[in-house]
Amino acid sequence: MTASGFRSRLTGLPDAVYVFGLMAGLYVVFTGLTVLLNFELAGVVNTLRAITYFSAVYAMVVLALNLHWGYTGLFNLGVAGFMAVGVYTMAIVSGPTNPGPAEIPGLGMSLWVGVVAGVVVAGLVGVLASLPALRLEADYLAIVTLALSEIIRLVLNSTLIQEVSVFGVTFGTGGATGLTVQNNPQTPVTAFFQSWPGSAITDMAMAIGINRPTVVEGIGYAIVLGAVVGLLFVFVRRIATSPFGRVLKAIREDQVVAAALGKDTRWFKIIIFGVGCGLMGLAGILWYGSDGYINPLSFRPNITFYVFVALIIGGAGSNTGSIIGGSIFASVLFYLPQFLEQNSTPVLDGIQSVLGGSTATPQTVIDAGGALVGLDLTAFLAYCFANISSLRFIGVGLILIYLMQRRPDGLFGHRIETAASVPLTTGDTDE
Amino acid sequence: MGMNITHDTIAERVREQPTQLFVGLITTLFLADLLLKLQGTTVLLFDTHVLGGSIGLSELFTYILDGLIVGIAVGLAGIGLSMTYSILNFANFAHGEYLTSGAFVGWATAAVVAGGSGVADRLLLQSNPGLELLSTPIALTVGLCMAAISAVGLALLLDRLVYKPMREAEGISLLIASIGVALLVRYTIAFIWQTGRYGVTGSPTKVTILNLVTLTTHELTLLVLGGVSMVGVAIMLEFTKLGTAMRAMADNESLARVSGIPVEQVTRLTWIVGGGLTGIAGYLFVLESGTIAFNFGWINLLLIFSAVILGGIGSVYGAMVGGVLIGLVDKLAQVWIPSDLTRAAVFVVLIAVLLVRPTGLFGGVKTA
Amino acid sequence: MSESSDEPTAEPVLAVDSLEKQFGGITAVEDVSFDIQPGSLTGLIGPNGAGKSTTFNCISGTLTPTSGTVHFQGTEITDAPSHVVAEHGLFRTFQIARELEEMTVLENLLLAPPNQLGESLIYAVTPGLRQRVQKQERELRERAWELLERFELEHLAREYAGSLSGGQRKLLELARALMAEPSMVLLDEPLAGVNPTLETQLLEGLHELREEGYTFLLVEHDMNVIMNHCDPIIVMHQGSILTVGTADEIRSNDRVIDAYLGGDR
Repeated sequence: MTASGFRSRLTGLPDAVYVFGLMAGLYVVFTGLTVLLNFELAGVVNTLRAITYFSAVYAMVVLALNLHWGYTGLFNLGVAGFMAVGVYTMAIVSGPTNPGPAEIPGLGMSLWVGVVAGVVVAGLVGVLASLPALRLEADYLAIVTLALSEIIRLVLNSTLIQEVSVFGVTFGTGGATGLTVQNNPQTPVTAFFQSWPGSAITDMAMAIGINRPTVVEGIGYAIVLGAVVGLLFVFVRRIATSPFGRVLKAIREDQVVAAALGKDTRWFKIIIFGVGCGLMGLAGILWYGSDGYINPLSFRPNITFYVFVALIIGGAGSNTGSIIGGSIFASVLFYLPQFLEQNSTPVLDGIQSVLGGSTATPQTVIDAGGALVGLDLTAFLAYCFANISSLRFIGVGLILIYLMQRRPDGLFGHRIETAASVPLTTGDTDE
Repeated sequence: MGMNITHDTIAERVREQPTQLFVGLITTLFLADLLLKLQGTTVLLFDTHVLGGSIGLSELFTYILDGLIVGIAVGLAGIGLSMTYSILNFANFAHGEYLTSGAFVGWATAAVVAGGSGVADRLLLQSNPGLELLSTPIALTVGLCMAAISAVGLALLLDRLVYKPMREAEGISLLIASIGVALLVRYTIAFIWQTGRYGVTGSPTKVTILNLVTLTTHELTLLVLGGVSMVGVAIMLEFTKLGTAMRAMADNESLARVSGIPVEQVTRLTWIVGGGLTGIAGYLFVLESGTIAFNFGWINLLLIFSAVILGGIGSVYGAMVGGVLIGLVDKLAQVWIPSDLTRAAVFVVLIAVLLVRPTGLFGGVKTA
Repeated sequence: MSESSDEPTAEPVLAVDSLEKQFGGITAVEDVSFDIQPGSLTGLIGPNGAGKSTTFNCISGTLTPTSGTVHFQGTEITDAPSHVVAEHGLFRTFQIARELEEMTVLENLLLAPPNQLGESLIYAVTPGLRQRVQKQERELRERAWELLERFELEHLAREYAGSLSGGQRKLLELARALMAEPSMVLLDEPLAGVNPTLETQLLEGLHELREEGYTFLLVEHDMNVIMNHCDPIIVMHQGSILTVGTADEIRSNDRVIDAYLGGDR
């Protein structure tokens, strides 16, 4: 078959080629889109920044989830909750003790202490969550972790710990109002670009037409995130290509056998749950923390399903696939609809110039259907653009069903990524 | 040898007793606290409020009644989930969407039947049709039927398109596919009806029974219809061939297959019965709250899972009892914690059940 | 709880004493006691439902016995979970070969050795320590290839274990157990579903290994295999031990003949 021939030829390439090739392809496509829409340079660059940012944050969470689902076969549906624990802990620990009026104070520690605390607390909550994981079948584990994630969100959302004082120290989650994250991972990057030598870069960017400092700062942050993804990849790859990773795989395949071979499967599950959840906490910090504002609504289970879909697209069990799946999902399925929604007016005008019809958005689906029957495709598309977030979910659902029916291995899940720290050739032919 | 036996049984008891002891202790504590609260007594220890407080008897009755009503709806919704869970061997994460779609079709139909201007607007629930048992009985009944029929149709359609090609797949693959189905259906509803929350019921008449409890006609309808549906299912499972076949399949599918049970046909009937009940449950859910939104089924999904797991997966009676208990927990938790956290309390109960007694109260079928 | 004082010929590798296992109210195994001598290839035989597999699972920690004791090399392992039993050097194979299907043959082998440094997460990810992991892995790799050669599985080294034939899986399972350099291996019907050529190869392998000092307990359905290759032979019937002896003794034992001809209820 040509497809499999193509695939086997692709398999021969080093993994970095896929990742950078994909990103380059996405840049070209989105540059094309923005140019078509007459964006100025800052807008074009900012769009590329956005897909880099979303690709990176998704890649991080997907890599973490791959440790659970792809490697160990632990069906963790609590991703959103663990991200929330990470970023809320960070926000509380490194929030200033005397913030502005109507703001909730934090513990006043440095950002780095906050980040470490966020990762550690998310990891510890993960260890706690793993205790049921030791006893439960996969589908029960899914329900328990989903429930845990919802408990976390509901508690964060409630007035209960909105603002509390313990031994005279006041802090809190802000309840449903959310929490301003003054001291967040974007802060040091912004500071860098506002003073020398970073300011020189900003000036240079301004000179060539990227006329918004926030765009430059955003690019800086996206580059930092890219580097973090790189480090994370090395880290999870080391886990994957080690005797530890081998035991994880064995647990996924058949934990009775793993135990019969002398492996204390419970211990391995606890450790990997903790590590994976800690990394989800880190991803939560770098993702939501950088917005400067967090609120419980961001941590609804939908985000968990997004991450799962990204992992399944890339192929559960493959770390390279995790990054690829994260990037594809983030850019094409997550960001593109949002991008089209934001630019619906020029896009619709463009469509109207080709197809004619009316750009007035039909108020209801019946009106939209009427427009479709009346061959006014533009009006129908206007309704679709207005409901693009619903259409996005519909698309995600369809892709998930398709993948589970036809390609459960995703793009890279079929590959053999051997779990050993050295090449497993016979000694004399070693490299 | 004799010593060994006693040694072992003691070891076993030590392993099991603490959880039972713990559960018993917690329950007693809550009951004692409730009694003290009813009495209006507060117990202080070192100047700290330990137990008691105050709560009115009528307030407590309201909580219990609310819990019972929600519980009936949850239990009814749980039956279908429990059936598919035990017979098709997967946790259906799209179950909430059968509730939502049944409810939307049912209430939109009822709104149209109730009459008035603007069929399109009524179909899309743009204005409150003000449906109520005594003033629009026919519309409500037609709506109920449509809710059941549409949910059955959807269940069969999705089974044919999604689950049937995956019959041999593992439970977890089906679970993931059902997440896709959930997203697909939920946001198709959102695409059609938009993401608002719409009022559909009129203000109900109050009915006082035996001078004891006051119910609205909405609540009364829910209790009666829910109760009747449950009894109907129980009779069907107990006395028909289908019931026997379903139980056989839940126990051991391959054995059922060799003993000549038409597995595919039973599967279809399971979807029909389960889907129909779920559609009715969705319709009744809306009757209780008076409003409808595209994601209400999803929001209640974990509540329904809790009921099914508490009752024991595969047990229809378990789902009913579990539903009522979960409904009670959801409402009664307000006695102790802020009302925005009662849902969290339900989930804590869910996790506790899975840890202490994963087979549930009625010893469900263990799935892969 | 007292240590039962059996006549100590040589220190047995495995000592099973008054083992009993009940499921619900049903007694599957009752009053089973036997010793296994080091360097022996002991056979455990009996008709279907005789309690062979239950006994086997109780020893290997897959099941916890209701009463009785199991000692391995002088250490009590009665209630030990299976991973602890394996840590003591007592490995098992499964009746239906349970390969780790989506792991390669080599990964399957490398999984088995105990005390691997790289099973610690810290060692796996920390640069300096990882070099020690790699050194150990290189040694294990050599051993894995030796075993592959011995069992003629080299050409399949990089295949998923799931793609192997039934007989190859049995070989892999034995090789995997040997990778751990165990003191003793429990073999649960290693010849079921194996073609005659592979069967001979496997049995010859077992004899060689026994001569090298390995101890085996072989559960088999096939009377001929046990009669021709095992010594001593333990015969189970209806949950208890019927007799223990050499092939000749078993052959001339009327109760064994009755048990087999009379069927198993």
